Amino acid sequence: MRMLRHALTLAAILLLFAALVLAMLDLPMPDTPLAGITQRHLGDSGVSHPVTAVLLNFRAYDTLLEIGVLLLAAFGTLALRMASDETPIPTASNADSVLTGLVHLLVPLMVMLSGYLLWAGSHRPGGAFQAGAVLAAAGLLLRLIGYWRPPLPPSVLMRAGLLLGFLVFLTVVLAAPLSGAVLATYPQAWASELILVIETALTLSIALVLLSLFGAESGAMQR
Amino acid sequence: MNLAPWSFDLLLAVLLIGLAWRLLASPDLFKAVVLFIVFGLLMTLAWARLDAPDLALAEAAIGAGITGVLLLDAVGHLRRRQRPPEEGP
Amino acid sequence: MSIELLYALTGAALFVLGLHALVVHAHLLRKILAFNIMGSGIFLVLVGLAQRSGITDPVAQALVLTGIVVAVSASALALALMRRLYALSGTITLDESD
Repeated sequence: MRMLRHALTLAAILLLFAALVLAMLDLPMPDTPLAGITQRHLGDSGVSHPVTAVLLNFRAYDTLLEIGVLLLAAFGTLALRMASDETPIPTASNADSVLTGLVHLLVPLMVMLSGYLLWAGSHRPGGAFQAGAVLAAAGLLLRLIGYWRPPLPPSVLMRAGLLLGFLVFLTVVLAAPLSGAVLATYPQAWASELILVIETALTLSIALVLLSLFGAESGAMQR
Repeated sequence: MNLAPWSFDLLLAVLLIGLAWRLLASPDLFKAVVLFIVFGLLMTLAWARLDAPDLALAEAAIGAGITGVLLLDAVGHLRRRQRPPEEGP
Repeated sequence: MSIELLYALTGAALFVLGLHALVVHAHLLRKILAFNIMGSGIFLVLVGLAQRSGITDPVAQALVLTGIVVAVSASALALALMRRLYALSGTITLDESD
């Protein structure tokens, strides 16, 4: 019976694969107006890198909701970790001295790299997500050597940092309808400054969210 | 059909699929997670080939980096729990 | 058939591999690995198909960037749920192999 089920599963999967391949090979050549439209309006967007323009301006609403999803994951993970008693990530008492020395070298470099990625996003590949991820990695290294122990429940500063990106973005996105324009329209003259402000707040928040995904030290575990 | 300009992409495609197969079929979880991180790095190469440098950056940092460490943390946690507590209070 | 289409086909293969593993394995961590592979496959399909005529498509890339970030959020939450389930029940679906 199990053999039959295995065989049927395998057959179904292979059929699906065949169908997908046939569908893809059969597609007509695309008429991709989107790339051209983006290119034409790039000057109005406030940045000169098309992907950043799409993320932070043309489809800003989607990015706003994405940050919301990140926040949900952070809250969910923190809540679940609060409920259980877990051994914490190794701390300074048993951390390598080689690791500690290396982290001392790496963390300032990573913070600088993060700042560069954030700023570079306006005219070359980069942006808030990449910068936030590098910053989160730096924070994680600090946790590994025991330099930083985020408490659980999270401190007020942590909560403020988590929410900051979303709130700043939400404010800018909602400001447009209040003055009569369509949702998420940036005033032309302020577009690049607004995007920079939003991205900075986003970088910080994304870094804190990604760090929170690793849980924190429950109060009982802290020494 | 001249295959030369395709050789790198064909190799990458084969590697990606082979790696995914190995990691999904591996009996050892730790090995599977390590292979997953390597998979993430190969995906970074794929994004670079597809003219998507932002995606390459994001995949390396978030896909391979953050997800990889999350998974390693989980595997370590499972192993610690499975081993009967050796050290007393 | 362009290089981008090759990547799209690779993405389809990854999707199908991941789907099979998701269905077949009972171990929760393996399911999480499987749906990550599926996600990567879908992203390759998205960008591969959008760019199959050689034009770089920033909208598809922005979509996939969003997708990568959402995938890590989902993985993190899934792992936290898995650990909680393991702590509460001890054995459910986290069985045999490791």
